[in-house]
Amino acid sequence: MAMNEQEILAGLAEIVNEETGIEADAVQMDKSFQEDLDIDSLSMMQVVVNAEDKFGVRIPDDEVKNLTHVKDAVNFITNAQG
Amino acid sequence: MTVQPKPDQPTLTVPEGPRHARIHGLGGYRPERVVTNEEIIKFIDSSDEWIQQRSGIKERRFAREDETVIDMAEAAARDAIAMAGITPDQISVVLMATVTHPYQTPAAAPILADRLGTGGPAAFDISAACAGYCYGISLANDMIRAGSAEYVLVVGVEKLSDFTDKHDRGSAFIFGDGAGAAIVGPSDFPGIGPTVWGSDGENWDKIMQKEPWTGLRADMTSEESGAVEWPNFAMQGQSVFRWAVYTIAPVVDKALAAAGVTTADLDVFVPHQANMRITDAMIKHIGLPADIPVARDIAETGNTSAASVPLAAARMLNEGEAPHGGLALQFGFGAGLVYAAQVVVLP
Repeated sequence: MAMNEQEILAGLAEIVNEETGIEADAVQMDKSFQEDLDIDSLSMMQVVVNAEDKFGVRIPDDEVKNLTHVKDAVNFITNAQG
Repeated sequence: MTVQPKPDQPTLTVPEGPRHARIHGLGGYRPERVVTNEEIIKFIDSSDEWIQQRSGIKERRFAREDETVIDMAEAAARDAIAMAGITPDQISVVLMATVTHPYQTPAAAPILADRLGTGGPAAFDISAACAGYCYGISLANDMIRAGSAEYVLVVGVEKLSDFTDKHDRGSAFIFGDGAGAAIVGPSDFPGIGPTVWGSDGENWDKIMQKEPWTGLRADMTSEESGAVEWPNFAMQGQSVFRWAVYTIAPVVDKALAAAGVTTADLDVFVPHQANMRITDAMIKHIGLPADIPVARDIAETGNTSAASVPLAAARMLNEGEAPHGGLALQFGFGAGLVYAAQVVVLP
C-alpha cells in the first residue's frame, strides 16, 4: 500500500540514520542532503538503494543527481509509488 | 614452497566437466565493401600483378567507417549460434580475440555479450593477434572440460583497416577486415586436440603497432595551455559504487557456496581495491563477519586495477595478516562491466 509523505519522510530519516549515523530528526523536507546533512554522493547511493528496498520503487542512477533535497526524494518516491 | 591447506579448513569443492569438448557451430562475417588491388595501389608504388605475385591477394573487404569490431563479431556470432542450435542464454563465456578494438578499456566482449542477449556471462578479450582465435579455442576447450563453462563463444575479429598505413608499400595490401566465430561446447567424443602453443617474445618487434599509445601524448598536448587531448579513463563513480556494492557483491556468496565453504572458514577477504568506501559498504552489505581480515592495501597503493588483488594478497601474506595455506575469498570487478569471485588456498 502506498505510504503518505510523512511516512516516507520518517522511513527516509530512518535509512539516513542507519547509513550515516545522522539523527533522524535532522532529516527534514527543506534540508539539502549534501549541504545540510553532509551526505556525499556515495553515501547518497547507499540511502537510495535502501530506499528502493524499503519503498518498493526504482530510482535510476540518472535520477539521483536530481534528488538534492529531502523533499525531492520524498516527492520522487511518492510519485513512483503511483 | 610447499604449503598444505590448514588442517581445520574444508577442502574446496571443484566442478567436474564433461570429458570432451567440440566446436558446435561456426559463423563468419565479411564487410560489404570490396577493396581491389587497383584501389590499394592508388597510395603505393605497386601493381595488381605485383601484389598477387607476392601475396596471392586479389581483393579484401573493408568495414564501413562506423562499423565496429563488435558489429562484425555480432554478425558472425549469430551465425555460429544458429548452427550450434543453442540460444544465447546458454553461453557461459564470451571470448573475443582482437587487437583492433580501439578502446584500451572496456573490453569488447562484454558489449558483444549484451548485444547477443546472453544472460551476462563472463566476457573478456584476448590479445594474441593472429593466433588469438586458436588461443581462444584452447581456452574454451579447457574451460568446458574443467566444468567452468557449458558453451563458450569464441570470436576472432579485426578491423585492420583502422590500423593500416595505406602508404606503406610493405603492408598496405595485406590486411582486411572481418569476423569469425565458434560455439564450443560439451561433446561425447574428443573434438579439439591438445593445443601446442607458445611465444617467441624475443622477436616482439617483428609485427607491431609502430608507436605505443603513450608515445602520442606529446603530439596531443596543447603548446599554449598544456592540456592533453588524451583519451584518459573516465568513471561514473556513483553508478559504479551502486553496481559493485549492491548489484554484484552478492556473487561472493555464490563463490563461497560453490567452493563448499562458509564465511566462518575464511581467513581473509581480498576484494579488488577499488575504493575504501566500496570495500566498507560491500562488507556491510554481504554481512561479512567483523573478525575476518579485509585487504585495505588501497590506502598506500591506490586502485591498480588487475594488479590490486594479487598485490593486496601478497602483502597480507608477507605481513602475516593472512596464513600460508589459509583460505582467501578474492573478488575482482571493474570496467566492462565484469566481475569474478573465487575462493583460493593461499600459498
